[in-house]
Amino acid sequence: MRDSLPMKNTSATPLGAGAKRSTPSGSLQAWLPRLVLAPSVAISLFFVYGFMLWTFVLSLTSSRMLPSYDFVGFGQYSRLMANERWWVASTNLMIFGVLFVLICLVIGSLLAILLDQKIRQEGALRTIYLYPMALSFIVTGVVWKWLLNPQLGIQAMVQSWGFESFRFDWITDPDMAIYTLVIAAVWQASGFVMALFLAGLRGIDDSIVKAAQLDGASLPRIYWRVVMPCLRPVVFSAVMILAHIAIKSFDLVVALTGGGPGYATDLPATFMYAHAFTRAQIGLGSASAMLMLGGVLAILIPYLYSELRSRKHG
Amino acid sequence: MSTLKKTTLALALAGATLATTTHANDVEVLHWWTSGGEARAANVLKELMEAEGYGWEDFAVAGGGGETAMTVLKSRAMSGNPPSAAQIKGPEIQEWGELGLLGDLNDVADAEGWDELLPEVVADIMRYDGQYVAVPVNVHRVNWLWANPEVLEAAGVEMPTTLDELFEAGEAIREAGFVPLAHGGQAWQDATVFESVLLGGQGSEFYQQALVELDPEALGGEQMIAALEDFKRTRELMDEGMPGRDWNIATAMVIEGVAGFQLMGDWAKGEFTAAGLTAGEDYLCAAAPGTADAFTFNIDSLAMFRVTDDEEREAQQALARLVLEPTFQEAFNLAKGSIPARPDLDMSEFDSCAQQSLADFQRTAEEGGLVPSMAHGMAVRADVQGAIFDVVTNYFNDADMPAEEAAERMVSAAEAASF
Repeated sequence: MRDSLPMKNTSATPLGAGAKRSTPSGSLQAWLPRLVLAPSVAISLFFVYGFMLWTFVLSLTSSRMLPSYDFVGFGQYSRLMANERWWVASTNLMIFGVLFVLICLVIGSLLAILLDQKIRQEGALRTIYLYPMALSFIVTGVVWKWLLNPQLGIQAMVQSWGFESFRFDWITDPDMAIYTLVIAAVWQASGFVMALFLAGLRGIDDSIVKAAQLDGASLPRIYWRVVMPCLRPVVFSAVMILAHIAIKSFDLVVALTGGGPGYATDLPATFMYAHAFTRAQIGLGSASAMLMLGGVLAILIPYLYSELRSRKHG
Repeated sequence: MSTLKKTTLALALAGATLATTTHANDVEVLHWWTSGGEARAANVLKELMEAEGYGWEDFAVAGGGGETAMTVLKSRAMSGNPPSAAQIKGPEIQEWGELGLLGDLNDVADAEGWDELLPEVVADIMRYDGQYVAVPVNVHRVNWLWANPEVLEAAGVEMPTTLDELFEAGEAIREAGFVPLAHGGQAWQDATVFESVLLGGQGSEFYQQALVELDPEALGGEQMIAALEDFKRTRELMDEGMPGRDWNIATAMVIEGVAGFQLMGDWAKGEFTAAGLTAGEDYLCAAAPGTADAFTFNIDSLAMFRVTDDEEREAQQALARLVLEPTFQEAFNLAKGSIPARPDLDMSEFDSCAQQSLADFQRTAEEGGLVPSMAHGMAVRADVQGAIFDVVTNYFNDADMPAEEAAERMVSAAEAASF
């Protein structure tokens, strides 16, 4: 069951490859793969892990416009903790991340279930729902910026129909603006979640469903008690992918709200960029980048742990 | 800091020997004058350089406020290969100076008599540690109020000269069915309006104390609270479509007669000119309400990096001389909407707004009232500026935050940003 899911397969290949390798006879054959892989390993060691380390070192310094090596311990971190804007950004990430992941899962799975009812033109509909994923977040951001602008978009349209008192001006309201990010991001990503779930649904053995039908279970009950539990790995993959989209979100904020009104829709990524690159506070920016890395690891490590453990058992 | 200086210097020297692609008497100039008129103006400088036998290597990095250009410059400086000259302005010149990367222009400055030519406030910004390290290109005035005369006529109001008049006029314009004040909800635009309102209500002396010297008593005091309250009131004059709007779209609202006023620096003039309008007839300009005796300046300048090669150094000095030469000053500033950095030029080619700007520039330079613009990075370091922006824009957009709290945050912003 598990291996029939496409997402699982792709993520499992690089890890599984080591175990399957046959013992070669010639020494060149033994070394060739390592030789070929060596440059990319070296490059990613340097450019990914090396720079992570450098960022950590910089976060311990008083670097401002250019990197300097005047160490101040964890001073930048305590400044960060005292920075009100950082807390706004972190709270926003919590709100945005949780809502974005949950709503995408709900909408995506509902769409998948509805599409799974053997309807006509399923291929066309599937493409329509999946299409937003082909756009970049910049395009999504700009389009929704216009749609949400009270003088150009939805509010203006409904008012012109005669509903004068209609208001939909979340993007101008510092308390509500963060939800406009959720709307745009959900619009973009829920089709993708639908595709994941659809693939999962297709992998479910028909006989299980038929057995449940014979037992007299209603259709909603079958989906809730039989099908959904089978889809747990899909949910897991979807959550992982959506969570990292949420943490990395930068372009959507830049295009949709520019972090505004005020800095009400700032996310840690935009905070980091603003401080490290435009405000000449590389030290503080690095500290915020390290905390973001911490956030990603907090999600990634349990994921890797469960992945590796299940491989051992499987 | 001293070890850093040595390492960066060593890097710079190592880089200078590596940079063999440029010819010895070339100057490489990093700038972000990339829009149509600006690019033509920069080309004038290139032609002037070439006429004197120097090479010009253009290093234009697009991107409005120069953020991208600064990122490129930093990475070039880090790798020890900075360009010969770069568009750096305000207190940032001091930061680059502290890193020991800038070369001096004292020879040109002495020969051309910059001490007499440039107003003292301007000259101060161009010097690091008493040495000239940069040359001013132009002077923008930030505290301008732009207006559409047809809208004013329809509402039956005059150009306001005080903040109270602005609010009264705004109400009349609103009743006549227009947007009183065009604005874009971006942090720098909020800050631009804020500093003009503060200057108009509290005067240039207070402006100097609070936003330039960052005196905590001024930042947290009664006058700041009053200025913040005035600033919040301007929000009532704006429309609800402002979040994220670019400044030139706001200017277009004035041009099209949708809005009556805009508070914006004189680069807005470029938009009016491009729309084929004439200053004084099709659009009006005046000092922001209450700031007739003050001038917030935003000066673009070219800072010179330290070079070892004598020929390159000579080319650099020639560049610095030519930038202040009348030919370039006139061509560039006509295109950019600003006024020349040297006040002794013939201004007959310029429009009435620029002429008034120059007259006010000279007057305020002598009588006081000439102050650097905080919103445009002329008054304080980038980190302090950013922290003040945060407070200003947050207060402006938060309906519930009292002015007292914003003033307190202003004090801690000025403290916390310095490390």
